[in-house]
Amino acid sequence: MIAQLLGESLRALRANRLRTGLTMLGIIIGVAAVIVMLAVGQGAQFMVSSAIASMGSNLLVILSGASTSGGARMGFGTVPTLTAADAAAIAELPRVSAAVPAIPETAQIVYGPSNWSTSVIGTTPGFLDIRAWPLAEGASFTEADLRSGGRVVLLGRTTASNLFGPTSPLGKTIRIKSSPFLVVGVLAAKGQSLDGRDQDDVAIIPLTTAQRKVFGNPFPGTVRFILAQARSQDVMANAEREIGDLLRQRHRIRAGQEDDFTVRNLTALAEAAAASTRIMSIMLGSIASVSLLVGGIGIMNIMLVSVTERTREIGIRLAVGARRQDILWQFLLEALIISLAGSVIGVALGVGATRGLAAALEMPTVITAWSVGLSFAVAAAVGIFFGFYPARKAADLSPIEALRYQ
Amino acid sequence: MPALIRLARIVKRYVIYGQEAQPVLQGIDLIIERGEFVAIMGASGSGKSTLMNILGCLDRPSGGDYVLDGRNISDLEPDQLAAVRSRLIGFVFQSFNLLPRLDVVDNVALPLLYAGVAHRERRRRADAMLHRVGLTEYATRFPNQLSGGQQQRVAIARALVNGPSLLLADEPTGNLDSETSRDIMALFADLNRDENITLVLVTHELDIANYARRLIRLRDGRVVEDRTMDRSP
Repeated sequence: MIAQLLGESLRALRANRLRTGLTMLGIIIGVAAVIVMLAVGQGAQFMVSSAIASMGSNLLVILSGASTSGGARMGFGTVPTLTAADAAAIAELPRVSAAVPAIPETAQIVYGPSNWSTSVIGTTPGFLDIRAWPLAEGASFTEADLRSGGRVVLLGRTTASNLFGPTSPLGKTIRIKSSPFLVVGVLAAKGQSLDGRDQDDVAIIPLTTAQRKVFGNPFPGTVRFILAQARSQDVMANAEREIGDLLRQRHRIRAGQEDDFTVRNLTALAEAAAASTRIMSIMLGSIASVSLLVGGIGIMNIMLVSVTERTREIGIRLAVGARRQDILWQFLLEALIISLAGSVIGVALGVGATRGLAAALEMPTVITAWSVGLSFAVAAAVGIFFGFYPARKAADLSPIEALRYQ
Repeated sequence: MPALIRLARIVKRYVIYGQEAQPVLQGIDLIIERGEFVAIMGASGSGKSTLMNILGCLDRPSGGDYVLDGRNISDLEPDQLAAVRSRLIGFVFQSFNLLPRLDVVDNVALPLLYAGVAHRERRRRADAMLHRVGLTEYATRFPNQLSGGQQQRVAIARALVNGPSLLLADEPTGNLDSETSRDIMALFADLNRDENITLVLVTHELDIANYARRLIRLRDGRVVEDRTMDRSP
């Protein structure tokens, strides 16, 4: 029966092409907007999750404590209290798989006529493992380099291309703060960090070299921070507590005294960033759904006009034996056809617009079957919801009143 | 075989602005046998249209019993009434009431859609009915391409396509010139004589009523005259 009524509905829609098209346009725009907005939102989510993946997993960062100078509290690391020995001790903890000390400092790097200011990090070879950072060329410096304070350097992708352009920097000698360093490796590109910094704008040297030969340091033997990796996601809180206990013991801090270090859970911070992008994504989707809602109201509006215009037709159909549900279905199907056809075209338009946007603005966008399915389902629901009231109104007409209608 | 239509003490009141108006039908008792050709006459406001609506199951009486084809239908729900209309009743209206967007054959086939007949069979029966009213070559025209008389023939074909027991015609010649009116009335008389279709006709023209074999006159919601007439040639 519904299949038979479908023919009646299609005929009515064809008879009013312009009106059908304009009503459909509301749904088309709504669905396309939802698709584009979800694609942009999910693109942002994808960018954040890849930034998180590039950071390394289950990371804890241990910073030196804050000093107080004339009543003004300075930032973390102003009193360097951490040492490489602390890092080695932390690495021995049962719930920690690795720990590396690091000293970052900004320095000018020179190669021939080019020079570049970048972040030079003094650390141990384990740093690359913890950050899950592979080499694109060459090899990492070794424990031997660390012991001897060798003048070797690994360049980040951005630093390398700024100093050397397209040529390979391997085997070349650069100067960091006027000390010569041999380039032994180039790191693979990592992209942006969560706060938007270029992680590839970096140069990595052995910790001992940094401490003794490059950076002048009023507190010899100290490091700025220690990066520790917990054995798994589940033990992060325990690892954090173990590190705290260990450092208090090593630094002889009695109960009630303020710690001279801080332990931070980087993964938790990353998850917070991911959550805020997810919220942004939901917001974008919700705003776009409003236009879908407006499209639905357009359907309701036009269906109400249509019911009024066709009152006499409804009366005739009732007189020749149509039941109320036949009338209901005929009008509901009209609304459904508009919304479903509109959403098919809207999906096509939305996918096209997303591609265009991605190409024109170089924005990361992600279209998933899920987002297409969702906008499709919402459009169908909108059709049923806003089509039902007019259809019900048509079905409830009294045959006599409807036949008398001029 | 029981009478096709048996009306007992049929009353119809309308409630207007919360007040009960004078009843439009004030206790109609009427029996119409199968194969009869009845004309109902009366001035405006006599209640003849209301009686037609009740006979056609478009409206329900406020009181009394209506037995159609052996079944009491006074208390049926709207969808049950629709089923009765679909199976037993065909309508012909003064203003033809064809659907302008459907071509002639689809208009004729419309009642079959709601009777659940498959598409091919609908087409076959509609074509047969168009042949019966002499409009076979107009099947794919649209109503506005036909003359008034042709449109009314299409409407008659539509009323008959379900094989109804009762054909109700409300002023069927009211919009037609006198020659076309005679053609349409001749068609009704043929259908009644050859196919034994029960016909109830509302009119206010005596020469149209003269085609019928029984005349019922209403005044102020009551039957004031009910007589059998000699068959006009």
